[in-house]
Amino acid sequence: MFDLAFIWAAVIAFAVLAYVLFDGFDLGIGILFPFCAAGDERDEAMNSVAPVWDGNETWLVLGGGGLMAAFPLAYAVVLPALYAPITAMLLGLIFRGVAFEFRFRSSTHRRLWDWAFAAGSTLAALAQGVALGALVQGIPVSGRAYAGGWWDWLTWFSLLTGFALVIGYALLGATWLVWKTSGGLQQKAYGFAWLTGLATLALIGVVSLIMPFLDPVFRQRWFSWPNIIYAAPVPILVGLAALWLLAGLAKRRERSPFFAAAALFILSYLGLGISFYPYIVPPSLTIWEAAAPAASLKFLIVGAAVLIPLILSYTAWSYWIFRGKVRASTGYH
Amino acid sequence: MELFDALMLARLQFAFTVSFHIIFPTFSIGLASYLAVLEVLWLYTAQPVFMAVFNYWKKIFAISFGMGVVSGIVMSYQFGTNWSVFSDKTGPIVGPLMGYEVLSAFFLEAGFLGVMLFGMDRVGKGLHCFATLMVAAGTLLSAFWILAANSWMQTPAGHATNSVGQFVPVDWWAIIFNPSFPFRLVHMVLATYLTTAFVVGGVGAWHLLREPNNAGARLMFSMAMWMAALVAPLQLLAGDLHGLNTLAHQPAKIAAMEGHWETRAGQPLILFGWPNMATETTRYALEVPKVGSLILTHDWNGTVRGLKSWPPAERPNASILFWSFRIMVGIGLLMLLLGLWSLWLRYRQRLTASPALLRFAVLMAPAGFIAVVAGWITTEVGRQPYTVYGLLQTAQSHSPIDAAAVAISLLAFLVVYCTVFGAGTFYILRLMRRAPQLDEPDIDKGMPQRAAGITPAPVLSRAAAAQRE
Repeated sequence: MFDLAFIWAAVIAFAVLAYVLFDGFDLGIGILFPFCAAGDERDEAMNSVAPVWDGNETWLVLGGGGLMAAFPLAYAVVLPALYAPITAMLLGLIFRGVAFEFRFRSSTHRRLWDWAFAAGSTLAALAQGVALGALVQGIPVSGRAYAGGWWDWLTWFSLLTGFALVIGYALLGATWLVWKTSGGLQQKAYGFAWLTGLATLALIGVVSLIMPFLDPVFRQRWFSWPNIIYAAPVPILVGLAALWLLAGLAKRRERSPFFAAAALFILSYLGLGISFYPYIVPPSLTIWEAAAPAASLKFLIVGAAVLIPLILSYTAWSYWIFRGKVRASTGYH
Repeated sequence: MELFDALMLARLQFAFTVSFHIIFPTFSIGLASYLAVLEVLWLYTAQPVFMAVFNYWKKIFAISFGMGVVSGIVMSYQFGTNWSVFSDKTGPIVGPLMGYEVLSAFFLEAGFLGVMLFGMDRVGKGLHCFATLMVAAGTLLSAFWILAANSWMQTPAGHATNSVGQFVPVDWWAIIFNPSFPFRLVHMVLATYLTTAFVVGGVGAWHLLREPNNAGARLMFSMAMWMAALVAPLQLLAGDLHGLNTLAHQPAKIAAMEGHWETRAGQPLILFGWPNMATETTRYALEVPKVGSLILTHDWNGTVRGLKSWPPAERPNASILFWSFRIMVGIGLLMLLLGLWSLWLRYRQRLTASPALLRFAVLMAPAGFIAVVAGWITTEVGRQPYTVYGLLQTAQSHSPIDAAAVAISLLAFLVVYCTVFGAGTFYILRLMRRAPQLDEPDIDKGMPQRAAGITPAPVLSRAAAAQRE
């Protein structure tokens, strides 16, 4: 079981999780952008992620590139199946990515790029959630190609997961702002965190209740004996993380809400993993069916084993350099 | 093939998005190295003009790099959305190469970019310079891996085929250092340096025409003209070697570039003309006898294959290749001319005193981009009708997708790229219009992680340290 394909599935799962956590909070700031006051608050919010957003988004490229390298068949099936949401995500990421520089380049266009940042971030988050929902619902494969229709991705369930991810990212963004800002924006961010926190918990509950009914495999995975023993800690830990989050907010803690929100994401992600495994494209392809030949997996795992720890260490260094509260702007008033 | 079937639309979409994309990495690779050189010179000489010019271009780099990132993410997903069969079949080879690009290059650039852009007052000079060097190294590593992948598609080597029709790696060394890779890598990296040099030189010249004594503009112009004088001839040599390599491995591409239809000894060099794919002739040809053979085989009477020796379905489009190649070469020759002219004026100690040279340099500022796009059109259109040369046809590489889906996404990319990257170009031009100042601010007013203002760096770091306490 612990062969190269399994290790690669773990590496890609890690890359996607890292993406969700890292880019999650900076997309979340985009989602919350319209609710921050134009001027100081928006500058402060944006400054809190400006030095790191680019590195955060690179995990998405690793997820996509890694999938093509290690599971080319899955890459070739999933992307055509999710054609529309993927395209929407890419367009959203363009708008929000350029806004970081553009909005400081023109005071007359600033409102426009603020809007592009907010709309682009929200669109990207929504599209990722929809894509996730469509993947959970299953992708039919015939031969070595996607065998479904072009609108299969659009269901009430995928819209629900899309909405849930927007709210969840907003929670990550709000708790990040609580950590990194001070004064009026921080107070506002506590409010955002309460609202999105409660909504996120409700949405996690709803999606978890629906999932076992989508696919008998999921049901069996969670509720059959003895699986239930291994799976049970996940919902219990979700409950504890929820308490940690709410207690942190109630006690006006500055850091713990962010880590509690991240814990909620990690646990939900783990839950998805339990449902999916050993499928990479449920219900059609297992990780072994989609895996690239061993020569490909071996070649890249050497690099990944050396470079990913290196990447994590200089990323940590960069976050450390930009530690502490973001200053309110002093420049142009 | 219908004009607007899914395949044609997917090809249009790829051509459009990749042509837009290549502009930004070309500029980022060259500019990152230039910034690194400036910062090292500043640390070494302590002359403020180096830091001033560094800060001037750093802001432009930030915008260009951001556009490169977002247009690059599109590329990395488009392989899957529009070219799923290609991805499935070549993923085991192209995938790990791109995986190494992400792991060794993209993260390195992105991880140190924040420190380079916003971190001078937080990490000090030495570490800041290290961050700049890492960004520059990242851009070059990125070129290494992506050109290895592209070159493998042009001249595949080191692979076998498995039972489900995938290309599988046999010898990674042979895959990476495939026959065309060293040539393509050198040619492209030199192109990024030349392109950037002409942008920098053009901007310097533009300001020198208005402020002949502007120290920053003089530095830019002088450094750029050294690059033009030294690298343009090197590039001509590299291009010639690359062409000979192409003749050995993809002779049909060369035949199309040259507009040669008949196979014969003593091929003429066709300077201008209009290759017509239907009539299999190059009309209105202006020829120099036998020079075609001389260039390609280094022999007046060498035999060079013409396009007619391939079946019509296997011929790349000569009308496009003939002209894209000439545009690239023509610009290369103009670059060489500018470089030599500047060398002569420099020798006479009149480098910045000739308005004619300065105007020529301003006109040539965007030339590198045109040459790069024309060069890529030459090599990519010249690979047709294959994605993996000789082995996998383009017509058998695309996803089983609706034409409507590709058409709508193509339209969306057209609109978004033109507005977003149009705006970015506008902001870059506006930054370039400002003359460089000796007290060039580290970061603009209103930029992130500020506390910058117009304070010089040493004072700035003290102020920032005081602020943190």
